[in-house]
Amino acid sequence: MPNETVLEMRGICKQFPGTKALNNVDFTLRKGEIHALMGENGAGKSTLIKVLTGVYEKDSGSIRIDGVAGEAQIHSPQDAQNIGISTVYQEITLCPNLTVAENMFIGRDRGVGVRWKEYEKRAGEILNNLGIPARPKQELSRCSLAVQQMVAIARAVDMNCKVLILDEPTSSLDEKEVQMLFELMRDLKNRGVGIVFVTHFLEQVYAVSDRITVLRNGELVGEYLVEDLPQVELVARMMGKDLDDMVDLEAVGEKSQGSDEIVYEATGLASTECKPFDFRIRRGEVNGFTGLLGSGRSESVRAIFGADRVTGGTVKVKGLRKTVTNPHKAMKQGIGYLPEDRKRDGIIADLSVRDNIILALQVMKGFFHPMTKAQMKSFADEYINALQIKTASQDTPIKSLSGGNQQKVILARWLLTHPDYLILDEPTRGIDVGTKLEIQRLVLKLAEENMSVTFISSEIEEMLRTCSRLIVMRDRNIVGELTGEDLTQAKVMKTIAGGGQ
Amino acid sequence: MSQILEAPRKKREKMTNTMLLMTISIVIFIALYIYAVLNIQGFDKPEMFLNLINENAPIIIIACSLTIVMIGGGIDISVGGVIMLTVMSCARFLNENQIADQTLGVIVTLLLALGIGLAFGLLQGSLVSYLEIQPFIVTLAGMVLAKGVASMLFEDWKVLQKAQGARNITNPKVLHEGFKALKNLKIEIPWLGYISPNNGKLIPAKIEIGAVIAVVVVICVFLMLRYTKKGRHIYAVGGNQQSAMMLGINVKRTRFFSYIMSGMLAGLAGFAYLIHDASANITSVGVRYEMDAIASSIIGGTLLTGGVGNVIGSFFGTMILVTLKKVIKLDPAIKVSYIQEMASGAMLGLFIVLQSIVLSTRGKGKMRLPEWLKFGKRTT
Repeated sequence: MPNETVLEMRGICKQFPGTKALNNVDFTLRKGEIHALMGENGAGKSTLIKVLTGVYEKDSGSIRIDGVAGEAQIHSPQDAQNIGISTVYQEITLCPNLTVAENMFIGRDRGVGVRWKEYEKRAGEILNNLGIPARPKQELSRCSLAVQQMVAIARAVDMNCKVLILDEPTSSLDEKEVQMLFELMRDLKNRGVGIVFVTHFLEQVYAVSDRITVLRNGELVGEYLVEDLPQVELVARMMGKDLDDMVDLEAVGEKSQGSDEIVYEATGLASTECKPFDFRIRRGEVNGFTGLLGSGRSESVRAIFGADRVTGGTVKVKGLRKTVTNPHKAMKQGIGYLPEDRKRDGIIADLSVRDNIILALQVMKGFFHPMTKAQMKSFADEYINALQIKTASQDTPIKSLSGGNQQKVILARWLLTHPDYLILDEPTRGIDVGTKLEIQRLVLKLAEENMSVTFISSEIEEMLRTCSRLIVMRDRNIVGELTGEDLTQAKVMKTIAGGGQ
Repeated sequence: MSQILEAPRKKREKMTNTMLLMTISIVIFIALYIYAVLNIQGFDKPEMFLNLINENAPIIIIACSLTIVMIGGGIDISVGGVIMLTVMSCARFLNENQIADQTLGVIVTLLLALGIGLAFGLLQGSLVSYLEIQPFIVTLAGMVLAKGVASMLFEDWKVLQKAQGARNITNPKVLHEGFKALKNLKIEIPWLGYISPNNGKLIPAKIEIGAVIAVVVVICVFLMLRYTKKGRHIYAVGGNQQSAMMLGINVKRTRFFSYIMSGMLAGLAGFAYLIHDASANITSVGVRYEMDAIASSIIGGTLLTGGVGNVIGSFFGTMILVTLKKVIKLDPAIKVSYIQEMASGAMLGLFIVLQSIVLSTRGKGKMRLPEWLKFGKRTT
C-alpha cells in the first residue's frame, strides 16, 4: 500500500435480498484529499459508506487503513471510530438540548462523573483551532444548522480520525453556510485528513473536491481527477450513457402536442418535500419531469396530487381556482396518480385483481354508494382485456401477478376513474421491455383521447419517445424546459449538468 | 457570514431551556407564596412552609422519579400504585412480624420498600427499554398490578382480623417502636417557631424525617442528573434518541436505569409516607399521586417530550401545587374541595401553554406554535 494512501477498499461486494447493492467496488482515499463519491440514488454510495462505517457487513472484499496492520476489521460503528473512521451524517446526530462541549465529549470516555470544566476547556480549544464560531457552553439548539454540522465535525476530528466521511452535509445549509463548511473542509485537508464527500450538488463537487469516484447500479464506473471530468461527462457517467453514442430509437407512435386548453395550472406550488414551482399542462399533452434520481421530480408530482403536505401556491383546474391539498380532492378534480413505489403506495397485495382495479372508483363514489358485483365484474373484465393483463382470474390476489401486470392493474384502476389528467411516476420500472413498450403506446393513445399525461421515467429514451415537453430538474429546482428539436439526450444532459446553457 | 461568525467570547450565555423554565416556576412559587402570606391566615408563620414539605414528602420524592423518567423521554404512572403497595406491605409486615430491635425493624422495612420499588423498576424498565413497549401502557399495567396486589393484601388482612375475633376491622397500623421514634424524631427550629396564643408557650417549627429524606433525594437526584455520565445520558436520550445512539450512548441501558431509579424512589416515597402517617388506608394512600407528580414535574419545567427538566424545578413545581391546594383549603371564602382539583388542573394547563409560548418565542425549542398564534417576528 503506497504511503500517501489512507484508505483502500478492494472488490467490495454486498448483496441484499433481491439486489446486488455493491458489485466488486474499489475505492481509494489519499491523505489530505477531498474525494467526492458520486452516483444517482440507489447507485450504492450509501451502501459503500455503511460498509465502511460498520453499519453493514460486507460480503467480500478487503478494507485497509493506514496504520492498521493487515485487513481492517470493521463490524460496528464503534470499530470504525476506533480505527479512525468518523462519519458526519446528513441529519445532525447530536443532541439539541445539550451544550456544544457536552455534545463533543458525551459517550466517549469511561468513568462515572462529568468533568465539565475540562470538557469546556478542551472544546474551546478545538473550536478555536478549527475556527468554528460556537461557544462551549452554548446550548446546541441555539447554534445555526451549519455550526451544528461543524460541531459534529469537530467531535469527529477530535477523535483523531484519519478518514472523515461527510454524507450529504450540505443539504440543509444555505449558500453562506456551505462556504463556511468548505473552508473547514479545506483546512482539515491541509492537516492531512482524507475526506470522503458525498453530495448530489454537482457544483459543490467541483468547488472543493480533488477526485471523483462514480458508482452506478452498485458498480464502479471509474475514478477521475476533477480536472479530467467536465460536469457534463460526470452526469453522463452517473446515468450510464455515452455522449457519443446516442442513437434515437424508433418512435412508438405519434407524439401528442395537445390542444390549447389548459387542464391544470399551478403557480408557486410547494409542499413539505419540494420547493415552489410553476407548472401547467394542456389537454391531450404528454409532458415529463426529468433529472437525476433524487432531483425532486417525484416530489413535484406528489405535490400536484397532494400526496405530500402542500404548503403554498395556487392551483387552477380547467381555469378555475381549486384547492388540491390531499389525494381525495385531487381525484375529485379529475387527477390520477400512479405512484413511484408500486409495492408501497400502489397495490394492496392481498386483495384480488378486481378489488384493486375498483378501488379508486369506489373511493371517488364514496363508500355509501356500493357498486354491484356485476358492475365490478364488468369493469374489471373490460380493463383486463383492454390492457391485456395476464391473470388467472379476477379473483387472483394481485401479489401473485408479475410486476408488469401489477402495474397494468394499477393503471387500470386510474383509467377506470376517467381522469382528465393522469400522472405516471415510473410506470415502467422493473417490468420487461415488451410491457414497457405497451405502456408507452398506451400513454400516447390516452393523449390522443384527450387525456393529459405526465410521464416520469428514469430512462430518458422512454421519455423522449413519449413526451412532447420535458421539464428538467436539478437539486430540487426546475432548470429548464425542452420541446421540439431540443428533445435529445445530449440536450437533456447538458441541461442537468450546466443549468441550461 | 458575518452574522454567523459573530460570536463574542465574553458574552454571557443565554439560559438553557431547562434553566429558563425552572426559573419561571421558582418566580411563580414566590409570587404565590407572597400572596398567601398576605391574604391567608396561617401562612405568615414559617412553620407553614416546613409543614408543606413535611406533609408532602412522598409527592416531592416521586416528582423526582417522574422528572428522571420524563427527561429520558418516558413516563411512569405506576408510582402511586407502588407507594400504595409499599405502604400496605410494610404495614402488614410490621404488624405480623414482631421485630424487637428498633433500628433493625426500620432498616428491614426500608429494604422491603426499596425492594418492591426495585422490582417494579426492573420489570417496567425491561419491558420499556428492551422490548420497546410504550411506557404509558407498561406503567399503566404496573399501576393496576400494584394496586391490585395492595387490595389483595388488604382483603387478606380483613380475613385475618376477623379470624382473630376483632370487632372493628381497622386499617393495618404501624405500631412498631422504631417508627414511632422516627415519627417523633423531629428537627426543631425554635427561632422559626411562634408563641402559642393559648398558653404562651413557644411552639418551635419542626422538620420531620420524611421531609429530610425528600430534600436529600432532591439534592442527590440533582447531582446525579448534572454531574454523572448516566445523568447526562438520560438528557441525551430524551433530547434525541437516534443521535444519542450515534454518539455512542447505550440508549436501552440508560432508559432501563431511569425506570429503576423511578421505581426505587417510589418505594422510598412509600417509606416516607409510613413515617408521616402510620396507617395504611387502602382508599387514600398513593391515590392520584402519580398525577400530582407528573403535574409537579411539568410545572417545574420538565417537558413531556423529554430532554429538558430539572429536579429543583420539580421541587418548586410540587410546592406550587401543594401551596395552591393549601391556600384553597384555608381560604374562608372557598370551602369546597373540588375547587382544589380545578385549580390544579388550571395551573397545569397554564404552565403547558406558558412553556410552549416561551419555547416557541425562543425559536429553536421543540414545541412550535401554529402560524396564526405567533406574534412578533416572523421568520421565513
